[in-house]
Amino acid sequence: MRAPVQRYRNILDFALSSLLRRKGRNLALICVYTLVVFVIASLIFFVQSLKREARELLVQAPDMVVQRMVAGRHDPMPAAQAEAIRAIRGVEEVHSRVWGYYYDPVFGGNLTVMGSDDPTLAADAVWIGQGVARNMRVKEGDLISLRGYGGLPMLFAVQKILAEESELVSSDLVLMSPKDVRSLFNFPEGLATDLAITAGNPRELPTIAAKIVEQFPDARPILKSEILRTYEAIFDWRGGLMVVVLGSAVLAFIIFAWDKATGLSAEERKEIGILKSIGWESSDVLLLKFWEGSVVSLTAFLSGVLLAYVHVFFFSASLFEHALKGWSVLFPRYRLMPALDGYQLTVLFFLTVLPYTAATLVPIWRAATVDPDAAMRS
Amino acid sequence: MRKSTLCLSLIGVQSVLFLGMLIHAKAQEGPAARQRQSSAALVRSLGLTDLCLFTEARYTRHPAMADRHAAFQDHPMGLDHFPSGSLIAPPTFPSPHARPRPAVPQHP
Amino acid sequence: MIELVDVVKTFQAGLATPFTAVDGVNLNVPRGKVTVLKGPSGSGKTTLLTLIGCMARPTSGRIHLHGLPAGTLPQLAKGDSLEITSLPERFLTAIRRRTFGFIFQQFNLVRGISVLENVLLPTYPTGEDHGDAEARAIERLESLGLARHLHASVDRLSGGEAQRVAIARALINDPTVIVADEPTAHLDSKLSEDFMMLMGQFKAAGKTLLITSHDPIVYSSPLADLVVEMRDGRIVAGP
Repeated sequence: MRAPVQRYRNILDFALSSLLRRKGRNLALICVYTLVVFVIASLIFFVQSLKREARELLVQAPDMVVQRMVAGRHDPMPAAQAEAIRAIRGVEEVHSRVWGYYYDPVFGGNLTVMGSDDPTLAADAVWIGQGVARNMRVKEGDLISLRGYGGLPMLFAVQKILAEESELVSSDLVLMSPKDVRSLFNFPEGLATDLAITAGNPRELPTIAAKIVEQFPDARPILKSEILRTYEAIFDWRGGLMVVVLGSAVLAFIIFAWDKATGLSAEERKEIGILKSIGWESSDVLLLKFWEGSVVSLTAFLSGVLLAYVHVFFFSASLFEHALKGWSVLFPRYRLMPALDGYQLTVLFFLTVLPYTAATLVPIWRAATVDPDAAMRS
Repeated sequence: MRKSTLCLSLIGVQSVLFLGMLIHAKAQEGPAARQRQSSAALVRSLGLTDLCLFTEARYTRHPAMADRHAAFQDHPMGLDHFPSGSLIAPPTFPSPHARPRPAVPQHP
Repeated sequence: MIELVDVVKTFQAGLATPFTAVDGVNLNVPRGKVTVLKGPSGSGKTTLLTLIGCMARPTSGRIHLHGLPAGTLPQLAKGDSLEITSLPERFLTAIRRRTFGFIFQQFNLVRGISVLENVLLPTYPTGEDHGDAEARAIERLESLGLARHLHASVDRLSGGEAQRVAIARALINDPTVIVADEPTAHLDSKLSEDFMMLMGQFKAAGKTLLITSHDPIVYSSPLADLVVEMRDGRIVAGP
């Protein structure tokens, strides 16, 4: 049917002429609108991607980690306790781990020092993460010096720098033999930082945890499901920064829509009268205003989402870097992989396009049905 | 060129790019899995429990290992002062199963 | 062409202060001729125009349109006649678009857009092919001497030029009847004479003209075939 298509295009022509009459204002509106969509979409893409990485990676985490608490603070676990826990039915394997945090006064960053039993890790050597290598400006084969708690510096050879792709989990790691960790921190034999437990049957984990707590009230077991749940809750919309950003965006959309919905100026009313007097019906006027609204909001939505995608997945969300870095000195560099959430994009579409388009139609409803003879009496 | 033609073309191009974006995202799932392999290996071998996102403090570096009190470790009213605190919340503590049961009094 | 039988239009009927603008008018507007409605302001001329031009409905009475072009609402017309008083809005609009071309007193051009687009506006809702309509519009504007101003904004035009754009717009859908409300109100004598000359050309082309005016240049013109005088909503002189 050619006629209806032509009618839509003709009225779209006039809608565009009408928008172009106030070129500056409408261009600014589209820019701000696009910016708001861009920020929200970037957030959505970034958070979804990170959550997916956490989910996929941490599913490999230990079934349970047991810590010991003294007076509400984390305390090392004696070997005897580890042995007793090993004896609990359902526990397949207990790995006593030695690890801790090392603050480097030279460049002011926090490192995570972990004991690794990997046979290829040489004596007096370390494997370091990319972030550590960047901050200390070292490469494979160099020597690094860490200040032991005994007061003496300890030299280590950088045997290997961990892969770039693993920065998301390893950026600040310094891996050495457990013996070296104990020397560095004056960590006595017979104590472990915490225990990593593997259970024969994952469904028994809550039972095992309950038994551990019953036997050792000062133990704090952390299940893998809880680890995963922590990362489901990152960047939660209830968190401080997110509330501010999302709240501002919602407010912006409300302002745009309100500006449109609060009625027509006398000039707009007169123009509708003119259109009706030269043969436009009410439905034509409604179509005109619908075009005006949807051209602006649809353009803003598509541009904003596309720019957000490029920003997050091709430029690693560089605009968020400042907020994410916070006060960290050591900051990991990782490339995010796309994880699109159709549900959230749809919600964003309905939040962006529909209210604004509807808001352009609301004041027109009554004005469009006015009798055209009003135009004769201008 | 008519204005409507230009406008519809622009929207058309944007829609095509939008579809391209969806396809691109889908196509990246394979490379994403491959990229994850080295990280996954480390998580498995070392028993890692957290992503290295915020290295400001112990409880921001290992939020899954932290508890509600970790942020106040200096002083009960010492409020959380790291910016990343507003991005990630500590896990609920104590977990329901870890609640120590009160000692049952023995009958004399 | 247009037959009015006992047409009455009362505004605010049923409220405290009803106002009867048109009070029992019987009129026959002949086809192919120039009819002038003369009278002071408030005499009901403009209201009568809106009733004839399908822009409003009379409170009572009947309006018949005769000699309509073929194909105008075939499902309702009896031969080439149509009684428009009780038609729904969309039919009225269709008739208005095809039968009548209006030239308003204030020109009523849409500001901020070009001359060409203003002339094309009445064609937009019909879904007519844009290329055809544009060619027709350019031809009309050229015949009115406005070829240079095709893409100029209407805000920049002089009074006479603006009126010619309004005329071109009124003619774009090739109407049978041209209705003009006080067309010379904003024009000097020279331009008023030019206007009447144009009207003469349209009459020669077979169009029916209906003009309201209290300007002697219009109602005393040799072109005026029928002069109807109105006062207080009634016809006081004429046939």
